Amino acid sequence: MTEELNLTPNIPDPDGFYDELLAAHAGLSKPESDAFNARLILVLANHVGDRAILQQALKAAG
Amino acid sequence: MVDVRYDIAFKMYPYRKVPAMGAAPVRHPVVIVGGGPVGMAAALDLGRKGTPVLVLDDHEGIGRGSRAICFAKRTLEICDRLGAGKVMLDKGVVWNVGKVFHGDERVFEFNLQPEDGHKAPAFINLQQPYFEKFLVNEIRAAQADGAPIEIRGQNALVGLTRHDDHVLLDLDTPDGPYQVEAEWLIACDGARSTTREGLGLSFDGRVFEDNFLIADVKMKADFPTERWFWFEPPFKDSGASALLHKQPDDIWRIDFQLGWDIDRATELQPDKIRARIDAMLGEGAEYELDWTSIYTFQCRRMEKFRHGRVLFAGDSAHQVSPFGARGANSGVQDADNLAWKLDLVVKGLAPDSLLDTYSEERVRAADENILNSVRATDFLTPKTEISKTFRNAVLKLAQQHAFARPLVNSGRLSTPCVYDGLSLNGPDELDGPARSRVGATCADAPMAEGFLLNRLGGDFTLLALNTTPPDMADTDGIALRTITLETSRDDPTGAIAARYLGDQPQGIYLIRPDQHIVARWATASTAEIETAMRNATGRGI
Ligand SMILES: Cc1cc2nc3c(=O)[nH]c(=O)nc-3n(C[C@H](O)[C@H](O)[C@H](O)COP(=O)(O)OP(=O)(O)OC[C@H]3O[C@@H](n4cnc5c(N)ncnc54)[C@H](O)[C@@H]3O)c2cc1C
Repeated sequence: MTEELNLTPNIPDPDGFYDELLAAHAGLSKPESDAFNARLILVLANHVGDRAILQQALKAAG
Repeated sequence: MVDVRYDIAFKMYPYRKVPAMGAAPVRHPVVIVGGGPVGMAAALDLGRKGTPVLVLDDHEGIGRGSRAICFAKRTLEICDRLGAGKVMLDKGVVWNVGKVFHGDERVFEFNLQPEDGHKAPAFINLQQPYFEKFLVNEIRAAQADGAPIEIRGQNALVGLTRHDDHVLLDLDTPDGPYQVEAEWLIACDGARSTTREGLGLSFDGRVFEDNFLIADVKMKADFPTERWFWFEPPFKDSGASALLHKQPDDIWRIDFQLGWDIDRATELQPDKIRARIDAMLGEGAEYELDWTSIYTFQCRRMEKFRHGRVLFAGDSAHQVSPFGARGANSGVQDADNLAWKLDLVVKGLAPDSLLDTYSEERVRAADENILNSVRATDFLTPKTEISKTFRNAVLKLAQQHAFARPLVNSGRLSTPCVYDGLSLNGPDELDGPARSRVGATCADAPMAEGFLLNRLGGDFTLLALNTTPPDMADTDGIALRTITLETSRDDPTGAIAARYLGDQPQGIYLIRPDQHIVARWATASTAEIETAMRNATGRGI
């Protein structure tokens, strides 16, 4: 069985995480924020690794 | 008159008037138009097999301008089979270390560390004129041994007419026009193929809107033998990317990616080029300009590579951007694929439908090359703002984190195409390593003496490992050699077992003349081998 992308709530303390995400962008210009987001996506994608899951994620985000 | 389109580095086939010029056209079994690397490789292979070939080239020797410099392992293995491998390895520069920069920052350094136990290195740097010269020298040696190869310099193809049983070629020479007939025509006449245009065939794909300034400079500097690649180089006017790479004879290849809207004539002025190179190498660097030119690149291919009695090989059939060094490398593999098939057809041992599989297999390879080279080009020249953002994110992360380094793409080196699932394949009935599956090329490995690929040579071969194969010398007149090895005795490093058996105790491989694997079994009967042989030579049904 291939693994499924988890689309159910999975982040403990969601408000805390959301805060941290926005805080990471604080003071960044639009291009800097875009660059940050791109790096973040790559870091997370590498952690996931599984191409099937990544494909599902690309679809889910679209 | 025959136009001279480029300077000659080595005059190797001076023009001579053809005695039969005034008489009726002479018919040849195989004519090759174009004596570049691909045409010469095909001529040598066919001639060594005893099939007569006539090579027509519109110049009297090998062009001076350096184009290809990177020759990959598979190409070197093919050239070794053809007899020209050693001189190439002796002359070529081997390198393993590469450095990637982004602006002023060093992104990372890599060491290719190729797998042990192969005769050929992962690749060498060698100027294309040398590569071609070594092939022609080998043709001369083959001719001396009686190989029926003829090369005619300054014989330009200007037109052609297809007939049922031959192609009529209109040629031009310094003594005026004449005609020859070709039962089979191999068009190796390059990206602007007269043959392709003469037949009105399309050549579709993508043009990259970018200009690359290529400068080969001679210097006695102490730059190490490494490949240095810059994204957004920090030195003045150097464009969007730059490359520094060593060749033999103290020559360095420098590439600058200049963009689309440039004035070629201005950019090619020596002063302007020197200013760029000075900025790159630092003030006071001493060098001479050996060769400079500006190229644009395309990724495209013909829909199919066989059109009746005309077969297209090399740049005439497909073109790629040079990132990943796939042009000449894949063209030589076309020749390798075509030569044995055409040889069997000319000798009446296989039906001409075998030649359709040349197109099938090499179209697959061309698509793989085009895909790789488009991806590299997209990384080098991001087409949108967001793709540039991602590209630079990769480069930034790669400085600190190993995970991002495999995403950096300044060209992926060409590796041979595996013909998974294509028509000539036989059964895969050995639970062996994936790298040696049906359709793949044989991996080299050390023997007690020499290397496995040299032992395989260029005939159909049955390679039996730790088992006794059925006793067969040929099938329907097609030679089949047998090599029987005991890994306990014949495999000093264990590489043969690792690459061909994995955890299996024994196996039998049926291997084509181009060293692709037709079929493999744990045990095989004569009937099974004959069936696979028939299928692999187009006599399947
Ligand atoms: C800057 C640059 C860098 C490259 N780097 C690499 C690399 O590192 N590795 C790699 O593998 N490839 C590389 N390539 C690609 C490589 O140079 C080509 O793929 C290769 O030369 C193709 O060989 P060919 O024999 O098909 O055609 P060509 O080399 O073009 O040869 C065609 C021959 O046919 C002759 N001819 C043409 N028309 C006629 C006619 N009408 N009648 C008679 N003769 C004719 C020509 O004079 C020529 O001799 C590079 C290319 C460029 C431009």
